[in-house]
Amino acid sequence: MEKIKLIDEKGKRIDGRGAKDLRPIKIKVHPLNRADGSCYIEWGTNKIIASVYGPKEAQPKHLQDPLRAIVRCNYDMASFSVDERKRPGPDRRSSEISKVIGEALENAVLTNLFPRTMIEVNIEVLEADAGTRCTGLTAAGIALADAGIPMRDIPAACAGGKVDGKIVVDLRKEEDQAGDADLPIAILPRTKEILLMQMDGDLSEKEFYELLDLLADACINISEMQKKALLDRYKQEEDVEEDKETKGKKTENKEIKKEEE
Amino acid sequence: MVKIKEIVVPGQLLDEGEIKPGQGAYRDRADGKIYASRLGVPLKRRDFINVIPLTGCYLPKPDELVIGIIVDVAPSYWIVDVNAPYPAVLHVNDVPWKVEFGETSKYLSIADVVLIKISRVSETEQIQVSMRDRNLRKFVGGQVIEIQPTKVPRVIGKKQSMIELVKRYLNVWIFIGKNGRIWLNGEGKSTRLAIKAIRQIEKEAHTEGLTDRIKEWLEMNKSENM
Repeated sequence: MEKIKLIDEKGKRIDGRGAKDLRPIKIKVHPLNRADGSCYIEWGTNKIIASVYGPKEAQPKHLQDPLRAIVRCNYDMASFSVDERKRPGPDRRSSEISKVIGEALENAVLTNLFPRTMIEVNIEVLEADAGTRCTGLTAAGIALADAGIPMRDIPAACAGGKVDGKIVVDLRKEEDQAGDADLPIAILPRTKEILLMQMDGDLSEKEFYELLDLLADACINISEMQKKALLDRYKQEEDVEEDKETKGKKTENKEIKKEEE
Repeated sequence: MVKIKEIVVPGQLLDEGEIKPGQGAYRDRADGKIYASRLGVPLKRRDFINVIPLTGCYLPKPDELVIGIIVDVAPSYWIVDVNAPYPAVLHVNDVPWKVEFGETSKYLSIADVVLIKISRVSETEQIQVSMRDRNLRKFVGGQVIEIQPTKVPRVIGKKQSMIELVKRYLNVWIFIGKNGRIWLNGEGKSTRLAIKAIRQIEKEAHTEGLTDRIKEWLEMNKSENM
């Protein structure tokens, strides 16, 4: 079988992106009413819902920390999220991702404010197309802010890697599978502290640092989108309200007409 | 156009220099500047800068009046859910009745709704509540709704202006607990309208000139419904 060409002569990738370009990102804040905070994100064809509950009393009790809150994360992929049906329920991969995302978020949250409690983060992958742990973490950061949980900064995450010998940001499925390396990172955008970093494949030291710089810039871009989405939620309500006001005026007008009749 | 207040997100720079971080803000030791830690509206007050949060859970403070629900009964105390991350303890010494040991369930049983005062919050966030004060009682009749605890001050309004407005227009008994639970009692139709009004206030809490708009809204709906 002939190997697919992932980067053409002009340096364009299979979906026409350049090396530093991200896939289109769409964020909706607070799609769920029952959870304390939630976020729906579409990142390329990744579709993920993150929800946050708490802080609440830590269960099971032996996990309680008398000095700080614990963050428990549960990453789960829907059975229909991948090409071939995934057996539902936790597995090795999702347990690992839950652990690393939970630990990354724990370092962003000001946990000392809520001793003995638990903050529960659920990340549900509805559709997966590479980079779901970064997408999930980005969504979880927004959901935490939406739940009103005190944080040092909103964490942002992005993956990158080496494809056809070139360093690129935000891999899609084909690039992830046929590429040479994959490096997901999560940072606090303000201080550029690294919360999560995993690497799969080989990179030289020079390539690694080059990619790290590109990813930091990408995360800062993502952070701007996160902030915009959070602020937009309160602006949108304004628009809805304006509509209502105009409607109200219409009904008033009708009443006046009735009176005239 | 309705004016909205400026909103900050976690990690946003608030101030640098001498001012102290209040609630919803923190000073980064690395650069000495003050950043927001929550999503909310920044507010400078004397030598503090605070972020009044838009969302978040209720954290009890002493002397606040809250509406609690009894969730467990023990021989000499009750466990009360006050909508906080921690359960609260109501001891038999803190109720207005003389309760014999083991007869706690004769006075308050599970799912009873009570108006209580936070009497003590310890360092480790252990909460003690009391019913020994004027007007503290068990609620009989009416209904309880929950709103975002962070929006309670807005629903009450400056010098209770907002809630007095709703009460005056609709003739409903309303009591607002600091923990975001609201008890209402009144005629069915007007109670429903009052709940609608409260939800409206909750939704638009971050906007300015809200009292006037709610007044208009009540005016409009009252004429339609009654």
